[in-house]
Amino acid sequence: MDKHALDVLNTTNGKGTSQRKKIDQAIVEIVSDSGEGAQKCGQSLGQISAKMGNGVWTVEIIPAEIQPPARSREGASGIRVRFGAKKITNMGDHAGLVVALNEQVLYGRLRQNAYKQGTILLIENKWASDENPEIRRQYAEALTEFKAEGFDVREIPMETECLKLVMDARKGKNMWVLGMLCYIYDRDVEIAEKQIHQTFRKKSQKVIDVNIDLLHAGYHYAKENLDFCYEIPPMKVSDEQVVMNGNEALSLGIMAAGIELCSMYPITPATSASHHLAEHFEKVGGVVHQAEDEIAAIGFAVGAAYAGKTTVTITSGPGIALKTEFIGLAVMAEVPLVIIDVQRGGPSTGLPTKVEQSDLTAAIMGQTGDVPKIVLAAATIEECFHFVILARKLAEAFRTPVFLLSDANLATGVQPFKRPKVNPDWFALPIDLSPWKEGIRAFDWSPETGISKRPIPGQKGGMYTLTGLAHDENSKVAYEPEINQRSSEARSRKFAAFQKTLKPPTIHGDPEGDLLVVGWGSTLGAIDEGIEMAREEGLKVSSIHLRFLFPFEPGLADIFKRFKKVMTIEINYSDTVGDPMITEENRRYSQLAWQLRARTLVDIDCAGNVYGQPLGPGQVLEIIKKQLA
Amino acid sequence: MFGLKADACSIPMPEVYYGLDDYAKSTARWCPGCGGHSILAAVHKVCKDKQYPPEKTVCVSGIGCSSRFPHYMGTYGFHGLHGRAFPVACGVKFRRPDLHLFVITGDGDCCSIGAGHWVHAIRYNMKMVVLLFDNGIYGLTKKQTSPTSALGTHSNTHPRGSVVPPINPLQTTLGFANVSFVAQTTDWHPAHLQATIRKAADHPGLAFVRIVQRCPMYMKDLYGDMAADPNSLVLLNHDQGIELDPAIAKTFKRNLDHDPADLRAAREVAEIHDGIPVGLLYQNTENMRYDDYGAHNLGMSVDEKSKAVDALLERYTI
Repeated sequence: MDKHALDVLNTTNGKGTSQRKKIDQAIVEIVSDSGEGAQKCGQSLGQISAKMGNGVWTVEIIPAEIQPPARSREGASGIRVRFGAKKITNMGDHAGLVVALNEQVLYGRLRQNAYKQGTILLIENKWASDENPEIRRQYAEALTEFKAEGFDVREIPMETECLKLVMDARKGKNMWVLGMLCYIYDRDVEIAEKQIHQTFRKKSQKVIDVNIDLLHAGYHYAKENLDFCYEIPPMKVSDEQVVMNGNEALSLGIMAAGIELCSMYPITPATSASHHLAEHFEKVGGVVHQAEDEIAAIGFAVGAAYAGKTTVTITSGPGIALKTEFIGLAVMAEVPLVIIDVQRGGPSTGLPTKVEQSDLTAAIMGQTGDVPKIVLAAATIEECFHFVILARKLAEAFRTPVFLLSDANLATGVQPFKRPKVNPDWFALPIDLSPWKEGIRAFDWSPETGISKRPIPGQKGGMYTLTGLAHDENSKVAYEPEINQRSSEARSRKFAAFQKTLKPPTIHGDPEGDLLVVGWGSTLGAIDEGIEMAREEGLKVSSIHLRFLFPFEPGLADIFKRFKKVMTIEINYSDTVGDPMITEENRRYSQLAWQLRARTLVDIDCAGNVYGQPLGPGQVLEIIKKQLA
Repeated sequence: MFGLKADACSIPMPEVYYGLDDYAKSTARWCPGCGGHSILAAVHKVCKDKQYPPEKTVCVSGIGCSSRFPHYMGTYGFHGLHGRAFPVACGVKFRRPDLHLFVITGDGDCCSIGAGHWVHAIRYNMKMVVLLFDNGIYGLTKKQTSPTSALGTHSNTHPRGSVVPPINPLQTTLGFANVSFVAQTTDWHPAHLQATIRKAADHPGLAFVRIVQRCPMYMKDLYGDMAADPNSLVLLNHDQGIELDPAIAKTFKRNLDHDPADLRAAREVAEIHDGIPVGLLYQNTENMRYDDYGAHNLGMSVDEKSKAVDALLERYTI
């Protein structure tokens, strides 16, 4: 530990109470205008906490515009960090403490119900003396309002304190805030310093030094002036951990899957995975191709896959819409390909930066004609990594495109997980290029499984012309209706064969009861935590979480029979029951509920909304109570 | 014997010699008199002359009459989506420098529904031969106006004559960034057609060949007279141009000296309207090739990849 850090720790307390209050978790938000570094501050806090052995989940608060006007209520940019003594699997419900670099951005979060009575608001106070009287008025008005609503409002002279060290407080205030938070939550200053070294590793030593000074200044200020501070014990983890966000996990998963080409077109919120990949893909012999459009991106991937290359294309809702025709071709011509969809709000351009789970139907049935294919959904950041490897293997084994669904919540969420152990089998080449065996046809569909081996250009004797037209076993264009029926059966049969290899899902809670909640994707942590809360209250509730959306994991109908009620909780649209316009006949269900109802004939209810916010455990509890009332 | 080593007398013979039959498959289902037949024969001939192994040759097409082409080849083929031959072909070639690629596309496929990809495929300049079968009409869907239909063309979508001026595919291609090879030929001059495709196959980059093609079914009048009139073709002459047997070159009544290194002059040639200029309009063998970039890091071992991924995971380890 350097001398400066020791000095800080040895300083005796000023105003602050020296007694730290022991808590088992904290939810902290840092909100600001865009470009003030709030996210970097929160990411650092998350990293430091993970390194200290805490469970962590961070989620970014992103405005839709790149540079919204300053001090606007919709422009809140920032981050939520939830950390604790146990594994943290979701963003939680209400923040306990918020650092706001201006008071206006708090309104946006208040509207999203992010805070509750008693939440501590640490607000930059420079606006109180702003030269613009309108800003002074807004500031005073907001503070009065916040106090009246029961928030614990503290005015903090962040700007003034930072200006003691830097000329422009806009640059560096975030590290001052980090210092303040380090004091409040008893974060290890040495680890924080290392974090700053890591964050600014590409900058000069001078920049690093200034930021470390700001960190200490913030820490010192908090110690001298705040009358509260906490202690959060670490959890006991024996395995080595990695910490990253979902898009980084996808990118690393792509590299670990032995994929050598990512063909993409920029789209929020998928693109940051490609950025990460573009930076590192070279090291594993891979290339990112930025195509001229979404259609070309998948066309390029399909071409490369046809030529025997392991390939992925990554996009979000509008991109999936454009890729539709090629997905159909990949199904028809049985081209192995991984399609990653980092879902955002829809339809159309929708909510580009917000979370939604509304591409499920599009993934399963969104193309014309009969288009069976495997659809997987990652439920955690760890699964973002491992499921790419799985998707690649399934694509090749079943000669099919495989959809992997992630979403905006996983994309920017950060969570530690067990460090994957690299397995050389992940990198196995997809095909052997020895001469094609005589007598084997290009689509020699097994009568039992529908599976066939595929020839690759370069293989002697395997020459065939892939076509999107109906075709027979030799890939010859089919003019007889019987051939189209037969080939469609083969393409469908593969997934029945695949489904036979799956296990029924694990039930969280008792195997029978009053209510079973079914979820999929990024809501796993919130649903499980909500179920726990409900069970503690004595409710007979359990949950299952599906990873395979097509085909489904087996045994669902049997599980459903053991519960009085079954419902899904999803972040997508469903009609509100009780609306006078909505009847049993015209009610539109959430997307998984729709699939489950069709495929199990069980009367499954659902709760779905499209506020664009991640699900919180408190919301789950509320839904459960309402359902059982 | 006689101071000669026995093997010095032998003529080296390839292990396998491919004949025309090796490149042919089922009988083409184009209409009798369709220009497609002679283009298919020319491609068979060039493949045989160059002894491309059929398993190392891939024909990629879109949708339309022309795009049935891969089904008539004994090579690998990809008969994909309307307008999307370029992205597929580029994906095939990107990491497979060992494959010989032909892209077969029509005027609707390339210049209308796939026009966005046309711009970028030219810019990527990957090594492939692009054959634009331009008959100025939609055939497969039965006579609709194409983007290259002459103004006033009567079709089922414009029964009183088309109203928007056509695209000139030569001029357009010459305007795209990183263009490296543009040539024009016709389906009714087999010698010139073959020589042009051969030159295109030798080009280190994307060779764009517009083939002026007859459609006896829907555009009987368009090139019918021209095919019979030796004055209709203007032969572009240059020692860097398309190599023709002098005896055949002599049969052309109209000649024009044109240096294919001169882009500005090529654009003027592309605007000749009182005849069909045939030959090499433009070539630059120095242009950047995106397939070189795509293949630059091939062949890493499993061990190297495992280690690299492990090192990346280490960065995220806490």
